[in-house]
Amino acid sequence: MNRTAQLWLLWLLLTAVGGGILVTGMFYGGPTRANLLIGETTSGHHQIELACGACHTSAFNSSEDIEKTCHGCHDAELKAAKDSHPLKKFRDPRNADRLEKLAANKCITCHTEHRPKVTNAMGVTLPNDYCALCHQDVGKNRPSHIGLGFDTCASAGCHNFHDNTSLYEDFLEKHASGPAVIDNPIVKLNTEKVEITASGDALNVASAADAPEGKHGDANVMAEWLATRHAKGGVNCSGCHSPKSKSAEDIKANWTDKPDHKVCATCHGLEAETWLQGKHGMRLADKMLSQTKGLYGLFRNRPLTPMRPELARLPMQSKAAHSDLTCTSCHSSHAFDTKQAAVASCTGCHADEHTKAYEGSPHRKLLVAELSGSADKGTGVSCATCHMPRAWMEDESGYEEFLVSNHNQNANLRPNEKMIRSVCMNCHGLGFSIDALADPELIKRNFDGRPSAHIESIDWVMKRVKEKGGK
Amino acid sequence: MLRVSRTIMASALAAGCVMAAGAGASVTAAGVAYKDVADMLIAVMVADRTTYTKKVVQRLAAKEKVIKASEHFDDDKALPLPAQMFRFGAEAVADKTDKFSYSLLSMWPINKQNAPRTDIEKAGLKFVDENKGENYYGEEELGGKKYYTAVYADVAVAKVCASCHNEHKDTPRTDFKVGDVMGGVVIRIPMTE
Repeated sequence: MNRTAQLWLLWLLLTAVGGGILVTGMFYGGPTRANLLIGETTSGHHQIELACGACHTSAFNSSEDIEKTCHGCHDAELKAAKDSHPLKKFRDPRNADRLEKLAANKCITCHTEHRPKVTNAMGVTLPNDYCALCHQDVGKNRPSHIGLGFDTCASAGCHNFHDNTSLYEDFLEKHASGPAVIDNPIVKLNTEKVEITASGDALNVASAADAPEGKHGDANVMAEWLATRHAKGGVNCSGCHSPKSKSAEDIKANWTDKPDHKVCATCHGLEAETWLQGKHGMRLADKMLSQTKGLYGLFRNRPLTPMRPELARLPMQSKAAHSDLTCTSCHSSHAFDTKQAAVASCTGCHADEHTKAYEGSPHRKLLVAELSGSADKGTGVSCATCHMPRAWMEDESGYEEFLVSNHNQNANLRPNEKMIRSVCMNCHGLGFSIDALADPELIKRNFDGRPSAHIESIDWVMKRVKEKGGK
Repeated sequence: MLRVSRTIMASALAAGCVMAAGAGASVTAAGVAYKDVADMLIAVMVADRTTYTKKVVQRLAAKEKVIKASEHFDDDKALPLPAQMFRFGAEAVADKTDKFSYSLLSMWPINKQNAPRTDIEKAGLKFVDENKGENYYGEEELGGKKYYTAVYADVAVAKVCASCHNEHKDTPRTDFKVGDVMGGVVIRIPMTE
């Protein structure tokens, strides 16, 4: 074989090996995968971007298959938001011509991943004047809208594509005259008692702990545990560290030093479920694999690791950069102090302006007053009051509702008008809330001051009501 | 391909507005005619809607006054309006099957998205408004698919139907009275041949 042929052979061989490594990285994962991303992912998905299979369920899946995965994660949220443009509206054949202009029956028409250069607010990858495609004649029935740019429909604080629960016309009319702060401001759901599932005999002494020898905590751990509802409801060490074990032998054999969220989920199902939907827990949701098994056993299933602040795109405390995020990161193990989880746990990692400004905010003053006993229960505002608010939520069966803290911190965050009903309007009027949320500087100051922005939607509604001869 | 039937339906419901559809349907081994399927469907729809209007809304809201019916039933902790109930049914059907679809439309819609859009919708709504007791049948092509489309009059069966529409701030018409055609139900069946 002459030298040229040898070089050709070497080139072919290297190409095959190099190509092979890249292809296996794409299909099965591993260290090469991160370099194969076809474009930066959106802030909603960046945490799970290496679990390609979460959206691309098979190597050559269709857009319909990808759609299914969108619905799998986002349907519950859309249902809760009473989606203004649900899929079912577009199923009617009378909208066929509209679908030809804009396939609004598909999520990926508007939200295409891996397109950082054309990704706008809310992960929308269409030009912002898309409303014009169907609502071009809006001025006919709303003369006030004549001449307005279609790129302002969803950006001026008046409309959202999906969630308009606190922006629809009659709601604006009904709450038009709300003051900045209502009389007797109180977060009602925070005053209600939460049903306790643990109903065993109370455990009152450290000697009642059933941890096997060598696994007993120190006096502090015991004191923390005995002060919890866990101990008061009969949840012993084995309840979390060796669940389902009955005998001392079993407890010892099945003991886990660090129980994971799945153990918590046995009693706190909705909290765990919503946490897995949000940015704190989504990496630990089912089927989030950075590597999938295959190639004759060369690759094994490898789930994503828990979220760590160093992976976040928001400013975080450097001291917390490498901490794993699990249930006990916020609810310290054994003490499970919800007061700590509602503020200190958040500020322990988050270091953005809004978080740092909380310390001096009027909301915190209210919380201090509540915790000191000088103000009523439900009057304080913690990080969790707004970002993990309590809500009545259906359990998996869909037959029963429970009052729980929604641990999907993103559920009412984007667009931020979603917060108006679940949070703001407990204490503030609608107009004030809309204006406050439209003022980015005020948000940075953690609502210390008055809104400098004014959204005119309520004014326009009341003008129209007047014109129509209403009150 | 427009075909207008002038069949007067066998009987009318209490308010004299809707038909007991399905009467005389010809079911053979070869199948059921599109028209008969549409007539059977409208009979069920009208029966359910009338039952809800009379036995729930009229009884509990208008007569007993134990609960209100409201467009914003969730916020107002009230009953959905009969028209909303009808739409929810249409949406639930669309979630289950694509063998047929239906919608409630009007030439005087409160929600402008419910104005007629296709030629058949426009012609059908006009026809059932001008020809009391008659239905409109036709065929149309939408999005490359052929549909058998039937339009049935939707009549103000109770005072509240008319008054509620007349008083709504988004209504384009304010003189409805009981017995007036307020719109129509459009049923579509994708044609297989």
